Amino acid sequence: MRENHPQKTTEDDNRSSSIPDLARAEIAESSTSKNRTGLSEPVPGSNQTENPSPFPDQVLENVLENVLHFLSSRKDRNAASLVCRSWYRAEALTRSDLFIGNCYAVSPRRATNRFSRIKSVTVKGKPRFADFDLMPVDWGAHFTPWVSSLAQAYPWLEKLHLKRMTVTDDNLAVIADSFAGFRELLLVCCEGFGTPGLAAIAAKCRLLRVLELVESVIEVEDDEEVDWVSCFPNEGQTHLESLAFDCVECPVNFEALEGLVARSPCLKKLRLNRSVSMAQLHRLMLRAPQLTHLGTGSFSANENVDQEPDYASAFAACRSLVCLSGFREIWPDYLPAIYPVCANLTSLNFSYADVNAEQLKSVICHCHNLQILWVLDSVCDDGLQAVAATCKDLRELRVFPVDAREETEGPVSEVGLVAISQGCRKLESILFFCQTMTNAAVIAMSKNCPDLVVFRLCIIGVYRPDAVTQEPMDEGFGAIVMNCKKLTRLAVSGLLTDRAFEYIGRYGKLIRTLSVAFAGDTDLGLKYVLEGCPNLKKLEIRDSPFGDGALLSGLHHYYNMRFLWMSSCKLTRQACQEVARALPGLVLEVINNNEDAVNDIEILYMYRSLDGPRDDAPENVTIMQ
Amino acid sequence: MATLIGKESGLNLKETELCLGLPGGGGSGSEVETQRAAGKRGFSETVDLKLNLQSNKEDLNDNSKNVSKDKTLLKDPAKPPAKAQVVGWPPVRSYRKNMMAQKVNNSDQDGNEKTTSSTTAGTFVKVSMDGAPYLRKVDLTMYNTYKDLSDALAKMFSSFTTGKYGAQGMIDFMNESKLMDLLNSSEYVPTYEDKDGDWMLVGDVPWEMFVESCKRLRIMKGSEAIGLAPRAMEKCKNRS
Repeated sequence: MRENHPQKTTEDDNRSSSIPDLARAEIAESSTSKNRTGLSEPVPGSNQTENPSPFPDQVLENVLENVLHFLSSRKDRNAASLVCRSWYRAEALTRSDLFIGNCYAVSPRRATNRFSRIKSVTVKGKPRFADFDLMPVDWGAHFTPWVSSLAQAYPWLEKLHLKRMTVTDDNLAVIADSFAGFRELLLVCCEGFGTPGLAAIAAKCRLLRVLELVESVIEVEDDEEVDWVSCFPNEGQTHLESLAFDCVECPVNFEALEGLVARSPCLKKLRLNRSVSMAQLHRLMLRAPQLTHLGTGSFSANENVDQEPDYASAFAACRSLVCLSGFREIWPDYLPAIYPVCANLTSLNFSYADVNAEQLKSVICHCHNLQILWVLDSVCDDGLQAVAATCKDLRELRVFPVDAREETEGPVSEVGLVAISQGCRKLESILFFCQTMTNAAVIAMSKNCPDLVVFRLCIIGVYRPDAVTQEPMDEGFGAIVMNCKKLTRLAVSGLLTDRAFEYIGRYGKLIRTLSVAFAGDTDLGLKYVLEGCPNLKKLEIRDSPFGDGALLSGLHHYYNMRFLWMSSCKLTRQACQEVARALPGLVLEVINNNEDAVNDIEILYMYRSLDGPRDDAPENVTIMQ
Repeated sequence: MATLIGKESGLNLKETELCLGLPGGGGSGSEVETQRAAGKRGFSETVDLKLNLQSNKEDLNDNSKNVSKDKTLLKDPAKPPAKAQVVGWPPVRSYRKNMMAQKVNNSDQDGNEKTTSSTTAGTFVKVSMDGAPYLRKVDLTMYNTYKDLSDALAKMFSSFTTGKYGAQGMIDFMNESKLMDLLNSSEYVPTYEDKDGDWMLVGDVPWEMFVESCKRLRIMKGSEAIGLAPRAMEKCKNRS
């Protein structure tokens, strides 16, 4: 049985154009139409006439499967599956990790029909702009249809990673009930569930090794709050290796938590929420000196302790600690406690700690091995200079704003950016929020840090030009795409003309993700990008003057993308209808704020789907046909 | 009249009055309003996400197609920033914004005081309106008065227009019959959930107290909010 687009069921990253591959796959299929017993059937138009005996073919298939077992990269696997039907089948049998980049791109059934031996599933739902309240509340990304299909198809499922999905307590209960060997649950930016769901997982997943809640919203209705930590088995040792609940707002039962930690000899990663005080942290650390990753909870005192324990030695006892985070309510006086571990740290997350430059310096001066640093801009340019002076191995830096409102000046600026670029030559990824910036600083970074893969600069003031020259920020971003040859992710901001996009289209050949806000002049801007960036997979644009002409200029490329998001641009329904007609495999969701059906589109969210438009769209989402 | 009574009884009713005039006009000119009126095209205009923004950009394109330098006039760096929110900008997750807003509050109020475990709700509160698909979040610390808040809400939810609240456009909590009229109508009224989990009519407590105790906002039809009126009246009377 032929499937329509077999090679597109999973993420297919390395194809530059879909049409030749489709044709290739068709040809491959038609020339090798053997069924499972190895008997070939002549197909009209093919050259196949021989009838080989079954045995060598089966051997070949077995060999193939054994070899394909070693392929772990999904790009490689997707390529292998395109060779011929036999390879397609063998690959499908040997794939163990299923990655669904867009939960609406394919139905659960199609996925489970193709792959029968999956042990690990990743599903991603909403686009990133949903994090910033740009999408209706009930837009979708429901995990429910997935969980029932997965429960049926893969009873031996071990790992589930979900990102930006709507997950209910019921879904979690189904997971807990359906997968006897379940080991790992990772929920990133998810919502819709609460403590009852966590309790189900804790109670029933006896082999659980990893439970990580990252930036997820755990709804807490007071009367429904459940002491989920107590639901872990009370006796015997657990298999827990990683427990992260720093985003859970409600307090946890500390006694139960301490008992749990004591019974978890394999525990390496523990990320506490802010209900855990310094003294409680101390007790936990004494129980788990083997920790490698620690989220410190509040890092302040909840109650007056008569005699403060020696926090520094507790930290010193954790000789394997490489990653520190938390500091949710930091009391800077406690900072010296972490000095003993700084030299070994490769990752430090201070992004919830509004420490000033001096306080940061006292810590950072020891962190010679640091590779990942997240801070707030409260550290000021001064603090960034200290980072540049010490952290020569820094690969990733994120600077978040304490105050996200637009101001004329901010605590970090081009001064800090230049300092970082001069000190941290190995930088690969940067996310930098600031109020003002200059082209010169960005150009400097482009030259000093040629290894940059991710460059995300967010100038909070919309339409802000270069703070010194008052020119647009075109040249700065142009230099980034020109000089950083490995760049795959770019976010632009500030005052930008079409010229910036011309640069991006001309030089940004490896760019896969592009974020644009309040930028550009005319349709040309978007055209440059759509025509010039062959690897573009995710494009999110808001409040930019790109219209129908620009939208229609990307028809050659949309099938290769995971999604296109355009909100508050200049699109009309007609153009969307045209795209829908030209590319029937696309789903165009038009989301409008107002009830009146205006011709202008508020939000267009567009993606390819193998199974047509979804049936769970809320009222204010119109799907163009 | 109500104002006089308020001053005499020390209740400072003016503070607590929810002024629901039409956005941008009516009522006393607040600081925020003046800024908006005087501001050039720029940040304040971006609050209204859709057409205002686009039309501003169009003007710009018409006037200065070939001269990019003209764009620098768009934003006067000396202009004080308008206290308005563009939805979803900057792209910081509201979870993080909430954390930070709390800290800013704590440090404003009590300098070096040790931060104890926080019981106040994050100052970013969810705002929902019956019938509207969008959940918004507002940072209550961005506003100084109920009027500011209601202006902002009016901008976020375009159906939340106010119309017939009376001559001065305020919910008069002392006048039972007026209140009941309002609540019997199909006009929308803002309500909020306080720390105790009770749903109250917005405007019944002084602004600062409101900011501290408000956990969530919900704009509902007056007829639905009618059950909240007695409680509001009670709390009002308890304080007088």
